[in-house]
Amino acid sequence: MNPLERRRRQGAIGAAMSCVIVLLIVQMWLLTATLESYLAGHHGVAAPAFAVSLAVFLLCGALYALVMRLDRSRSSSHAPRSTSGPWTIGQQ
Amino acid sequence: MDDDRSGVAGRPRSSEGIWREEFSVDSAEDAYVQRRQFTKFLVLTSLGMACGNGWIWLRSLAAKNGPAYPELVVGRASELADGQVRMFSYPGPEDPCILFRRANGELAAFSQKCTHLSCAVYYAAGRDRLECPCHEGFFSPEDGRVLQGPPPRPLPRIRLSRRGDQIVAVAVEDKVEP
Repeated sequence: MNPLERRRRQGAIGAAMSCVIVLLIVQMWLLTATLESYLAGHHGVAAPAFAVSLAVFLLCGALYALVMRLDRSRSSSHAPRSTSGPWTIGQQ
Repeated sequence: MDDDRSGVAGRPRSSEGIWREEFSVDSAEDAYVQRRQFTKFLVLTSLGMACGNGWIWLRSLAAKNGPAYPELVVGRASELADGQVRMFSYPGPEDPCILFRRANGELAAFSQKCTHLSCAVYYAAGRDRLECPCHEGFFSPEDGRVLQGPPPRPLPRIRLSRRGDQIVAVAVEDKVEP
C-alpha cells in the first residue's frame, strides 16, 4: 500500500473513531441522567432515553461497518499481498 | 503435494503460515489496526450502554404497575413525644426508616438511607431537619427535599395513616416533583 493511501485510511478510521467517541460520551451522559431520573421516580423518560441510546449505538455500529466495508473494498481491489516473510522457518 | 509448494519463491506454505500467524499485521499498518480494534471496543461499549438504558426501561415498565406496599403498624402515636424518633423497616426488612414527631406535633416518616451514599440519616429535633452525618447533607422534614449538601435526590417519604392510636405505614412516595 502506498503512503498516501495509508494516510487516507488512517484519516478515515481516525474520523470514525472520533465520531464514535463523541457519541459514546453522549450515551454515557444519557445513561447517567436516565438512571438519576429513574431513581428520583420519573419513569417517563426511560422509554425515549432507551430509543435514543439504541439509535446512538446503531449509529456507532454503522460507522464501524463503514470502516470495515472500506477496508474490504480496498483488500478486494488490490492484488493479494505477498505471503513471503522476512525469513523462513526450517528452511535453508 | 502441490499445495505444499505453492508459496512464494517455492517456500512451503506451512512454514509461511507460522510466521504469518505470529506477525499477522504489517508494521506499517499497525496503527490502523489498533485504531480499528479500539473502535470496535468502543462500539461494544456503546452496546453495553444501550443495554443499560434498556434495563432501566424494563424496570420502569415493571414499576408502572405499581408495587403493592404492605400495611405495617410502626408504633403508637401516644408513645412519641415531640422530637422523639422510632426506627422501623419498610417495606422490606432491608429498608430502614425513621419515624419522628416534629415540634409542631406532626408525625413524619422517611427512608433512613441518605440518597448520596446511603449513610443513616437522623432527625435533629433542635434544628427540625433530617441530617446525614457523613457529608452534612440536610433534608427537610416536611417533604424530604434536600436543604444542603451533596445528596442528589430527596429522601423517599413513607406515607402514614392513623388507625386510632396506631400509626400505619401504607406506601413509599419515591416520586419527587422538581
